[in-house]
Amino acid sequence: MLSNTSERWGSISIALHWFSAVAVVGLFASGWWISTLTYYHPWYNAAPWWHKSVGITLLALTLLRVVWRLVTPTPRPLEHSHEALAARLGHGLIYLLLLTVLCSGYLISTAEGSPISVFGWFEIPASWRFSRQATLMGTLHWYAAWTLVILAAGHALFALKHHFLDHRATLTRMLGRGS
Amino acid sequence: MLKRTFATAATALLLSGWGASAMAADYKIDTEGQHAFVQFKISHLGYSYILGEFRDFSGTFSYDPDNLDASKAELTVQTGSLYSNHAERDKHLMSADFLDAGTYPTATFVSTGFTPDADDPDEGTLTGDLTLHGVTKQVELEVERIGGGDDPWGGYRQGFEAQTRLELADYGIDMSSFPEPMHYVDLYITFEGLRQ
Repeated sequence: MLSNTSERWGSISIALHWFSAVAVVGLFASGWWISTLTYYHPWYNAAPWWHKSVGITLLALTLLRVVWRLVTPTPRPLEHSHEALAARLGHGLIYLLLLTVLCSGYLISTAEGSPISVFGWFEIPASWRFSRQATLMGTLHWYAAWTLVILAAGHALFALKHHFLDHRATLTRMLGRGS
Repeated sequence: MLKRTFATAATALLLSGWGASAMAADYKIDTEGQHAFVQFKISHLGYSYILGEFRDFSGTFSYDPDNLDASKAELTVQTGSLYSNHAERDKHLMSADFLDAGTYPTATFVSTGFTPDADDPDEGTLTGDLTLHGVTKQVELEVERIGGGDDPWGGYRQGFEAQTRLELADYGIDMSSFPEPMHYVDLYITFEGLRQ
């Protein structure tokens, strides 16, 4: 089943979720590592190239994910109403931070009009330009990325709590099972 | 913005107090018409050069052909306006690893003396204090007056070029992990001043 129902996540939502999870962890780890590379490190140029290619891919998929979320049903929350509200807020923040990190990353590399190469297949052109862009967006990218992984870690902990302590289907539902 | 307006006003006030050298004309560097450039050139690995510039700066000078020794100049450069046509490199050059533009947003030059060449009054050495990366050092700029006179728009201008070489270690910028040719940077400045 591709699409979501009110009881279960469809395979498109599930695939987007788990791709994002892996990509966010990989991008955060690689981004942190990149910030420590010295000029003479063999990966000084190649690592950002991969980081940007994966980042642009995740940006495209995240935009698709937001659209998909809006046009397909969302499975009913399994939590009590106040928990469900907190979860909604948390999920909303994660989407917002994901877009903030991805867009600020795009704005760093395109700050002086250069496009971003995506795996060498094609290029994403620069668009918005403003003063001190790379420096300001670099700072935003760093703090937003940290906030995102902290929230994502909380998100994962809550999923495990619901699974092991509350014995709810929150986690298994995202693995493709019904509730 | 307000800060810059204040600085301009303070400079104007300072200049107007100079009445002593009645003949000396005061000039403002024509950044508005963009007839002014602050460029740098630094080796890359000893293989080629990186050329770049600072896009945001302002300055004034005083020039009297009959009293060249009284020449004065000052220039303030916004270090965050560095541009070398590569966003990530520029971000890195402006970071704490090099210029630290966040902590030291401006670099300034204030002249302390001018010695015209004996054989050519249009050339000489401008001595002054350069503050870069929070460190103030005396530098000597080789200056040449290129030309000057009435412009087609009702103004009067004088144009110069100046150059010097800076050892980056003198300004607390650590280049020790890079090859020797990258330890210094050549500065080239050319500008027209509009008589005020």
